[in-house]
Amino acid sequence: MISLAGRDILHSWSKFVLTGIGLGLLIGVTLTMAGVYRGMVEDAKALLNNSGADIWVVQQDTQGPYAESSSLRDDVYRALLAQPGVSRAANVTYLTMQVRLGNADVRAMVVGFEPGQPGEPGYLVAGRQITRSHYEAVADVKTGFQLDDTIRIRRHDYRVVGLTRRMVSSGGDPMVFIPLKDAQEAQFLKDNDAILNERARTTANPNLNRPGVPGLLDAILASQNANHNVNAVLVQIAPNADPDHVASEIRRWKHLQAFTRAQMEEILVSKLIATSAKQIGMFLVILAIVSAAIVAFIIYTMTLGKIREIAVLKLIGTRNRTIAGMILQQAMGLGLIGFMVGKTAATVWAPFFPKFVLLEPGDAVRGFIVVMAICALASTLAIRVALRVDPATAIGG
Amino acid sequence: MKGFGIHIEGLRKRYGEGDTAVDALKDVNMTVAPGEVVGLIGPSGSGKSTLLKCLGAVIEPTAGRMTLGAEVIFEDGWKIPDLRALRRDRIGFVFQAPYLIPFLDVTDNVALLPMLAGKPNGEARKRANELLEALDVGHRAKANPSQLSGGEQQRVAIARALANQPPVILADEPTAPLDSERALSVIRILNQMAQQYNTAIIVVTHDEKIIPTFKRIYHIRDGRTFEEDGEGKIL
Repeated sequence: MISLAGRDILHSWSKFVLTGIGLGLLIGVTLTMAGVYRGMVEDAKALLNNSGADIWVVQQDTQGPYAESSSLRDDVYRALLAQPGVSRAANVTYLTMQVRLGNADVRAMVVGFEPGQPGEPGYLVAGRQITRSHYEAVADVKTGFQLDDTIRIRRHDYRVVGLTRRMVSSGGDPMVFIPLKDAQEAQFLKDNDAILNERARTTANPNLNRPGVPGLLDAILASQNANHNVNAVLVQIAPNADPDHVASEIRRWKHLQAFTRAQMEEILVSKLIATSAKQIGMFLVILAIVSAAIVAFIIYTMTLGKIREIAVLKLIGTRNRTIAGMILQQAMGLGLIGFMVGKTAATVWAPFFPKFVLLEPGDAVRGFIVVMAICALASTLAIRVALRVDPATAIGG
Repeated sequence: MKGFGIHIEGLRKRYGEGDTAVDALKDVNMTVAPGEVVGLIGPSGSGKSTLLKCLGAVIEPTAGRMTLGAEVIFEDGWKIPDLRALRRDRIGFVFQAPYLIPFLDVTDNVALLPMLAGKPNGEARKRANELLEALDVGHRAKANPSQLSGGEQQRVAIARALANQPPVILADEPTAPLDSERALSVIRILNQMAQQYNTAIIVVTHDEKIIPTFKRIYHIRDGRTFEEDGEGKIL
């Protein structure tokens, strides 16, 4: 038996292909939306992996440093190093800001770290790690910076000495790594007018400016202009140490908040990007409904255009299931063309998205099954119409 | 007469019930022998289409008897359980417009019926090509229906009707869209095919050009049939 659906598709292939391309672009958008969500989760995981930490120690009663702001004194790490099970501990700061390059600026997360300690970029694709104490930077390639570029962070210029890859914030902003001291200054540095006003205010305060206590005013002014805070301490635990136990001990004895990797992943994925995930989920549902409506409408219209032929087919003895099969196969064919176009389109345009889009094979397989199911469902309306066609309509009168 | 191709006795068809009931066919009697082509003529609303639908097993008559070949197919209800198979294997249809399937080529339009009947594709296409050759459209076998002239399309439709070698063909105004020359050519072909394949053919028509070509004509008026011989005499 010949394939009626196949012949019909070949006969009107241009209509099929054009419709399939239209549907495919819609499917491509759907797959890309799924890829955007996967990319956000992957970015969050990359952030955790790249930090090299087993435990994040942050300010008490906060969920910092990524989901909430957190501030710790920069000598806390010494006390943490004395805790049983702690192998290494290092200060780190995070500040999302506009980093200038010439007349343009790039949104980036500026990370302050101590060279050779947790928080350092894990690997470089070009250049070297930071070796000087100040004014050197390592940037993620997504910033668009090149080696030896001079970038401006607050009032200081930094030379890009190294380039790294896949170092992004949970929001997908590329990272720029600078020395911790510079980062601390950048995070809390006041402008010159504010410093002068603050000095005048302190000098005018008789409680702080006591003629009988020489050196007090200078000490107070120095402390006002220095910053000894960091956002978090990254802790690496000793081999065989239990991260939950170590974190629990830090919480108990140091009165700080400590999150294990699993807890931090939960915060990032379930809290930080949860709203975005729901937003994308809504888009996926709407796109699925729109795709179903388009397929249903196209197949329905095509079937209405063949009512007389269907009546003739039924009159000459074609089984209902043959006619239903023809319509179903056409809908599935449309879905197949659409999916192939959509998958290709998503693969082609994904790298051009500003944020990471991760197209997982599993999502593609699930997408294919959903597209086929939608097409099968969408064809039922047309099949109902076709099966209701009275073969008598082929005979006049 | 060489035996019955199709024989109809006292066929009636009533639409609706009670006060709104309409008797579309009141008393239809008709006999068409194998190899014979008869005309069925009547004004609009006389019951031609209803009769054709009853003969084509598309609607169920209210009463009467229909015999196809030696088998009674209707008598107080259908005697054949699978009407779809009856239409496919034992009744051929030719319509006013050819109604060829536009996405199948000429050969497959004809071969579709044997394929639906379960014949292998090769055998069905061989049969189709033989019929197309017999109807002088063999050279258009690979063409699409839209590439054929009206006359060629109607010949392909006749080939399709003959594809399963049915004992009867019902032709519903098959010459309506054709000019005189092509209309007469179609009737000539139907006569030739009736003889060649021993098929009984009933041609419903209004077409004055072809009426004189029938040896026997049935008139239908107000749901009743009257037979006329070839010289215009009601029998």
